[in-house]
Amino acid sequence: MTGSAPRLEAWQDPAAAPLVAIKGVSKSFDRQAAVSDVSLAIYPGEFFSLLGASGCGKTTLLRLLAGFERPDQGRLLIAGQDVTELPPYQRPVNMMFQSYALFPHLSVADNVGFGLRQEGLPRRDIRVRVAEMLDMVKLGSFAQRKPDQLSGGQRQRVALARSLIKHPKLLLLDEPLAALDRKLREHTQFELVNIQERVGITFIMVTHDQEEAMTMSTRMAVMNEGRIRQIGTPVEIYEFPANRFVAGFIGAVNQFEGRALAQAGDVLQVYAESAGTELRVHVPQAVVAGSPVVVAVRPEKVRLGREPPPGDNRLQGTVEEIAYLGDVSVYHLRVAGGALIEAQLTNHTRGAAPPLTWGDRAWVGWNADDAFALVE
Amino acid sequence: MRRRSAPWLRRFRPGRWVVAAVPLLWLGLFFGLPFFIVVRISLSETVIGLPPYSALLEWIEGGMLSIRLNFANFALLWQDSLYLDAFINSVRVAATATLLCLLLGYPMALGIARARQSLRIPLLLLVILPFWTSFLIRVYAWIGILKGNGLANNVLLWIGWIEQPLPLLHTDFAVHLGIVYGYLPFMVLPLYATLSRMDSSLLEAAADLGCRPSRAFWRVTVPQSRPGILAGSLLVFVPAVGEFVIPDLLGGPDTLMIGKVLWSEFFNNRDWPVAAAVAVALLVLLVAPVLLFERLRERAQPR
Repeated sequence: MTGSAPRLEAWQDPAAAPLVAIKGVSKSFDRQAAVSDVSLAIYPGEFFSLLGASGCGKTTLLRLLAGFERPDQGRLLIAGQDVTELPPYQRPVNMMFQSYALFPHLSVADNVGFGLRQEGLPRRDIRVRVAEMLDMVKLGSFAQRKPDQLSGGQRQRVALARSLIKHPKLLLLDEPLAALDRKLREHTQFELVNIQERVGITFIMVTHDQEEAMTMSTRMAVMNEGRIRQIGTPVEIYEFPANRFVAGFIGAVNQFEGRALAQAGDVLQVYAESAGTELRVHVPQAVVAGSPVVVAVRPEKVRLGREPPPGDNRLQGTVEEIAYLGDVSVYHLRVAGGALIEAQLTNHTRGAAPPLTWGDRAWVGWNADDAFALVE
Repeated sequence: MRRRSAPWLRRFRPGRWVVAAVPLLWLGLFFGLPFFIVVRISLSETVIGLPPYSALLEWIEGGMLSIRLNFANFALLWQDSLYLDAFINSVRVAATATLLCLLLGYPMALGIARARQSLRIPLLLLVILPFWTSFLIRVYAWIGILKGNGLANNVLLWIGWIEQPLPLLHTDFAVHLGIVYGYLPFMVLPLYATLSRMDSSLLEAAADLGCRPSRAFWRVTVPQSRPGILAGSLLVFVPAVGEFVIPDLLGGPDTLMIGKVLWSEFFNNRDWPVAAAVAVALLVLLVAPVLLFERLRERAQPR
């Protein structure tokens, strides 16, 4: 990095041309809206995730991009070309299916080479490129196997190789890791990101796993009921959620419904009944006094102890639940106003006795900067 | 798969034997034993009497057991060209009919498999519906359609395509038509079974990789349906070779099929030993394609 100016990401650069432009796309099945008026721009080299619960429309959006569905409304542009009416076999896009969809009657090599054979490439060139691709996914010695002679993880890599061999402008991944067991999934997450950086192809991944989306993506879109609720980097989505849905969907969060009292600079005072007290929260924009506000704070931002901790907000309560998760422990504290507040403590010392136990009186506290307000 | 239970446990599993005994007993009683009797008759000599064949075993004087095996019946099948011609002709007719069934049945099965879920059962019922009527009556119905002043000729005359009634009945054409008509469901059903089980994402994957639908049909759908093609072809071919009713009713006097020959040996000539020999030879010759089919199937699904 040479320039003194901070590096501008593609999506922050007004001059950058998006690789994928989804413009006002809607799609319904049997009058049931699957995707409603979605607009989205994805830039070259991104690893973009569509995150949401099942039935939120993320897979439909992916299938619209692949060409398996036609939108009822809106346009789809890939690299400036309007592909809305193009059949899947003419789009510069490849897809990795959730079920992998490997051809059971073909060997691994023939599966991987399938796309190149459709282009009518000479057999020798196909063989060379298939071998390269199989080496990249570390399956060089499995070329002659049939898919049903492979393990789940190997099949996943065959599917990846098959969808990358044509060097598409865009690779669509439908829950690529869902069928793998936990250990393999974590390993494969990093491998997939490495491969994406090596081949330089833009990836759009559909996932229901927020951790997966957070670890792998440059940016993500959180979807609910066919609509995009927020687009942003993992940090933006986690630390600056745009609405209650996103705040509640990603990670754990303590929420207090209240009313704005007064604002001093960018610190807003909010009276929240469930907290039993006034809360201070950082809000960049001006909020009219009396308007409803939700104050939200993540459990790991909450400090917990027998003595009142430093911080802008302090509440006293009783420990009701303790969950030991190994790396962290989660405490639930009932405060005077009736709210149950979740706080997380990192277990720094091996085998240390828990500082608090059930029924103990304790304090929780956090800074106004570490909480966020959702004004709706 | 190498993991198995201990050898003593494998050997001593009474439950397994009970389960296997039922079909074994059934097969032994209703297939093995009758076949044994047919083989026995095929090795005897024709006699006038009841039963119309000689005994194989006989006690002769001095307490000796005499065994007389007569292979002349099998030799006759080879020597008299009638039998070989009839067999070859049967195989030819059956193979043609099987191919026609496949060409007709594949689009039907594919259409049903790709139809809306609510339409599939009614369409399948339409395929099976003819079975509710007796096979014999349906073949007789074809006589009504194909005969000189039958339905087909009258329609063709009426629309002016022909001036003279065509000789449709009692021809090889009628035999082929009858077999294709009668056995088409046996082709459609196994094809439907494999095609409807096919993972539709395979076709999407093919399209995604640049494959046009017409090419995807040959490169994905057809290879995927191979077990169905083999099963359907076998279900049509094997009974069609031995078919007797259709060539007898729709075929001409010169339609030579092995089933018809068998019938006339048995009932017209009352030559049970030769008829039995024809039956045994037919069975042996038909086991060959079944074994071939099994080999092909094993290769199609490596395990």
